[in-house]
Amino acid sequence: MKTLVLIEHEGGQVKDASLATVTAAGKLGSVHALVAGEGVEAKQAAEATAKIAGVDKVLLASDAAYAHMLAENIADLIVPLMADYEALLCNATSNGKNVAPRVAALLDVMQVSDIIAIDGERTFKRPIYAGNAIATVESSDAKLVITVRGTSFEKAPIEGGTPPIEEVSGKGDASLSSFVGCETQTSERPELTSAKVIVSGGRALKDAATFEQLIVPLADKLGAGIGASRAAVDAGYVPNDYQVGQTGKIVAPELYIAIGISGAIQHLAGMKESKTIVAINKDGDAPIFQIADIGLVGDLFQIVPELTAKL
Amino acid sequence: MKILVPVKRVIDYNVRPRVKPDGSGVDLANVKMSMNPFDEIAVEEAIRLKEKGAAAEIVAVSIGPVKAQETLRTALAMGADRAILVQTDDEVEPLAVAKILKAIVDEEQPGMVLMGKQAIDDDSNQTGQMLAALWGRPQGTFASKVEVSGDSVNVTREVDGGLETVSLKLPAVVTTDLRLNEPRYASLPNIMKAKSKLLTVKAPADYGVDTAPRLKVTNVSEPPVRQAGVKVGSVDELVSKLKALGVA
Repeated sequence: MKTLVLIEHEGGQVKDASLATVTAAGKLGSVHALVAGEGVEAKQAAEATAKIAGVDKVLLASDAAYAHMLAENIADLIVPLMADYEALLCNATSNGKNVAPRVAALLDVMQVSDIIAIDGERTFKRPIYAGNAIATVESSDAKLVITVRGTSFEKAPIEGGTPPIEEVSGKGDASLSSFVGCETQTSERPELTSAKVIVSGGRALKDAATFEQLIVPLADKLGAGIGASRAAVDAGYVPNDYQVGQTGKIVAPELYIAIGISGAIQHLAGMKESKTIVAINKDGDAPIFQIADIGLVGDLFQIVPELTAKL
Repeated sequence: MKILVPVKRVIDYNVRPRVKPDGSGVDLANVKMSMNPFDEIAVEEAIRLKEKGAAAEIVAVSIGPVKAQETLRTALAMGADRAILVQTDDEVEPLAVAKILKAIVDEEQPGMVLMGKQAIDDDSNQTGQMLAALWGRPQGTFASKVEVSGDSVNVTREVDGGLETVSLKLPAVVTTDLRLNEPRYASLPNIMKAKSKLLTVKAPADYGVDTAPRLKVTNVSEPPVRQAGVKVGSVDELVSKLKALGVA
């Protein structure tokens, strides 16, 4: 099967989620990777993509219309390219989830969302009901459009490939939408979806200042990413992009430390694949302890500073 | 401007779904059902736009069994003006839902379609984007802020890196995220009033849409169970466990 992967990139670098998607695509057949963007950054991203082991060809579409991954413009770019491919794979990230269904509808394909395993050429496993059930689905469509859960596939090595880069072009701006601006945090901290360690806080942290005071030093000590439960985000302790869960980010670090998080199913859906889960909570009956490898019942306002000091 | 708000009847978000022992699906018999929470947020946002004068009429639409009328009555009690039920007992996939909605859009000519970003049963997160594609209109997905001005709408989106704002030409499809608003409860007088609001019943065939599924669900199983580990009594014990695991 010939597959096309939509690469996500930033600052000329390929996002980790795309490396996992390349691995998934490789299980289906040959892998061509599409880098859409603008100018030097897109060119650098295409060069970085060409080094990924398992990529057989890179398609580079460089146009101001592709700079911000606007779904209208990107979908119009991908649809004609799909004449040569049997499958499109995107990351199950906010960009991938935005673009892939638009392409699928234009190809008259029922998309397979958020796959966690490939059982056959057209058979996939995907979580439903916030991960409370796993469905095995078989597609009968002529082409496949798939989004891939990054934590379920190994990242393809970023060295080893030497495929050609071919420039492609599309319609450019569909004149339906435009990018106005963004508020993104720039920090030295590892990104949640690729962090090896995550320290995550819940509503029990009381307020934004306490969250900062307790969670940040521990995360600094461990070189960890910082996450939060929906309750903590809704209460305004931290911005939306910290949210781990069914509708937030799906993470699977080596170590996940849940502090003051009771463990609603929507939160567990986002982190239960973590290798080691540590829970610190004053309520010994909190559901988080049912999945935690190591639990400590007690007052987090005493425990967390002590833990930070002793690590 | 008219706003179309598609709503789905799903298992209540507080209910823990149980997988049927024969692997054929999730047991929905005698389980509490409610409006998909993201759709509730969409209904609320449509009402707020109407209250601000940016919208004139709100039409709620649902595709599902006869009981989806209850879901539509909830939308009407919150403040939608009328409702359409496309009645079917079949499972309708996002692509077919988008096709039915496209046919309704052709009839109703709304200025905006406001809907949940995903349903909490199948977690597909596709229908809004698919409708926008079939309609040839822009999409503002995962909205945390919606501002209509003239013939365009600014949508602030919750994205992986934070927040992003896009400007879309109307008509457009907007899908809602959690923090867009807090939906109101319907008051008793409004629940009574909703009973007399117009609810039209249609069938998928009325729109010429084939709802035969493209994805065959061959099995539904429980996820692997994660075993609870140990509880430790002190920070020192926790630290030594973490060191033993080599993770800290």
